[in-house]
Amino acid sequence: MSIDWNTYQSGDFYDELIGAPGQARKPARQLLDYLKTLSEQEYADRKKAAELTIQEMGVSFTIYAEGGNIDRAWPFDIIPRVIDKDQWDQTAAGLKQRLKALNMFIDDLYHEQRVLKDGIIPEFIIKDSKNYLPECEGVSPIYGTWAHICGTDLVRDGDGIFYVLEDNLRVPSGVSYMLENRSIMKRVLPEVFEEIDIAPIGDYTAQLFDMLSALSPRPEETPVIVVLTPGIYNSAYFEHAFLAQQMGVELVEGSDMVVQDDNCVYMKTISGLERVDVIYRRIDDVFLDPEVFNKESTLGVAGLMRAWRAGNVAIANAPGAGVADDKVIYAYVPALIKYYLDEEAILPNVETFLCFDDEERAYVLANLDKLVVKPANESGGYGMLVGPHSTKKEREQFAKLIEANPRNYIGQPTLALSTAPAIIDKFGLEPRHLDLRPFILQSKNTYVTTGGLTRVAMKRGSLVVNSSQGGGSKDTWIVTSEAKE
Amino acid sequence: MLSKVAERVYWTARYLERVESTARMISIYDQLLFDLPRSVKLSWYNLIRINNQEEAFNAIYTVLDERNVVKFMLSEASNSFSVASSLKAIRENVRTTRDVVPKDTWEMTNELSIFVQENLLQGVNRSKRHEFLETIIKGCQQILGLVYGSMPHDDAWHLLRIGRNIERADMTTRNLEAGISAILDMEDELAVINSHQIIWGKVLRSLNADHAYRRTKRVAVKDFPVAEYLLEDDEFPRSIRYNLNAIANSARELPHSADLEVALNRITKSLPVKQNGQLFLDASFKEHLNQIQIELAELHGLIYQAWFPKI
Repeated sequence: MSIDWNTYQSGDFYDELIGAPGQARKPARQLLDYLKTLSEQEYADRKKAAELTIQEMGVSFTIYAEGGNIDRAWPFDIIPRVIDKDQWDQTAAGLKQRLKALNMFIDDLYHEQRVLKDGIIPEFIIKDSKNYLPECEGVSPIYGTWAHICGTDLVRDGDGIFYVLEDNLRVPSGVSYMLENRSIMKRVLPEVFEEIDIAPIGDYTAQLFDMLSALSPRPEETPVIVVLTPGIYNSAYFEHAFLAQQMGVELVEGSDMVVQDDNCVYMKTISGLERVDVIYRRIDDVFLDPEVFNKESTLGVAGLMRAWRAGNVAIANAPGAGVADDKVIYAYVPALIKYYLDEEAILPNVETFLCFDDEERAYVLANLDKLVVKPANESGGYGMLVGPHSTKKEREQFAKLIEANPRNYIGQPTLALSTAPAIIDKFGLEPRHLDLRPFILQSKNTYVTTGGLTRVAMKRGSLVVNSSQGGGSKDTWIVTSEAKE
Repeated sequence: MLSKVAERVYWTARYLERVESTARMISIYDQLLFDLPRSVKLSWYNLIRINNQEEAFNAIYTVLDERNVVKFMLSEASNSFSVASSLKAIRENVRTTRDVVPKDTWEMTNELSIFVQENLLQGVNRSKRHEFLETIIKGCQQILGLVYGSMPHDDAWHLLRIGRNIERADMTTRNLEAGISAILDMEDELAVINSHQIIWGKVLRSLNADHAYRRTKRVAVKDFPVAEYLLEDDEFPRSIRYNLNAIANSARELPHSADLEVALNRITKSLPVKQNGQLFLDASFKEHLNQIQIELAELHGLIYQAWFPKI
């Protein structure tokens, strides 16, 4: 028996694949034609095959649970999400524009601070930012780039327009899953790749390697690049190992490296010490260097900041780049684009209320049941209040938190996140909310992934897409729609 | 190459070899028991003894029977030599060295781990044990074949080779020990004479050496030539001399290997087994094997000193 696509309903939400009952949106037409030929049994078989493939490929993420760390198989839905190429090209241009402005902003903050003097951003926001690192003042990374790798979260609201939800400029993860999702799809649904023109995504790791190479302080030599991981207990360890392998560079932990009196970084090899030129670090700022930041840190390398300040090693992302990864700064990004580039922002922000402003705070406090409240400096979806799904007690708690530290909170309207059909055990096809995280690289050149990682909230009605909290994922296709209507 | 990666690659090879040898040992023991005269009381517990694991085993089990021994060797989590533990260690090590081993190593390791986890019970029960063990052995050989077929002979390859060969040498001493122990344990002289060929034949089988032995030695399966072959043959890949030569050849390709070469020369010279005019090997042979095992442990220490992270 085949699945009846006419009964699939996404309600008031914008659905990525289905426009009207039984009708595919333009870029998804070929996909839907194909999906309609599959029987219910075939869906079940393919789903099973995908699960097996994921186990064999060892695609996993680590979660912290009581009693230790558990390695979980990567949750994946076999129905892809399709985006029209024209729309994507426009979006990619917006992402490049955004990262360019953000890097100019960070560079300005650690040098002249024109943006504060000109009153574009109130000074206290930077002064109170825990991600602003005075140790970085006066340092000039090559190309003026501080955030070399950015994972920007995009969402589609009910109107079908892409909005930027947040910029992740510290250690964004997920790109390995984007690449593995495509490999899984090619094994599980090989025949669709023969029929549909799907843009390839596989050049990311080559682009990442080129971007990192361009940072080397010794451009005349073959650069020695390493990926610095906190170790196997980190939730993204799979990705660290994956990227190191794909780029053919060393995967190191802090204890594998040492900074000597010449202010250069070396790694410990079987032949002795070997100089390191570029560090793609996947640990947070505060753990980078126990000489400067957290004294207890065993994840970093003592003296790393000395070496970086002396220009003897490049660190991506640069220390201190996280200052722009603050949800209060986020609200100013359109203004920053105007200020630094004299352009209008191509991608819109989600409307944001800043709690340090008396009027806006009053609005947030009066509408806690309708808004999403987020702390300015958390990631992974932690510490937020989703108003419509909250209890009275939680709202009272958040009201107190906001009043105690208004600088640290923002409010946003609860978005009607778009949906796409997913195969759910026992229920068949059901709409599930999703977002999209493309990855942007910037050093000598700028690059945007073709599409990105689509994350799906696998629980019915849920808006939380984080894999640590029950989220799954889908392959993301950028497709050239046929000219004919 | 990073010292830490070097250490993990070395252990990957050792554990991989250990899984294969353990699977082989169990499958051969199974057959050995069928062939021996009923008067010979050969116990499964010997497998625990030759691996020096009495203490660990006795801490968990009181009954020294087949089921418990096989369980201990295949699935016991607290036994770091068990097939399940070794595979877990391989997976952890490959996971952290994916950048230096062939790409498919990771996937093959996962496949083998999944198979073992899902079918452990088959190994414990006798009826399907053979098939289960065969699949494990083939899985190990598949990974080894991948490494041989597609890995450049770089530092990582040499460390894999060193790990594999030191583990093999150790396992060969243990197999020989199993043979001599079985014979020394028999009190009835007639039973010894009758069982002689069976026991040494199984020692050869368990190292996959029976065919090669016949072609090289061209004599019947007897204790002395078997011992000589497994200790001193230059060409058989599980003979101890061969293993030591392989380690020496790879060590020479790596930095800081001078101490190691000295030790390897010394051990190689001490290998020959002395025939003291008697018909059979005696208890002194067991001593000889123990001495080799101690030397191999020292060799392992030198490998650590030369290449692995200093604490």
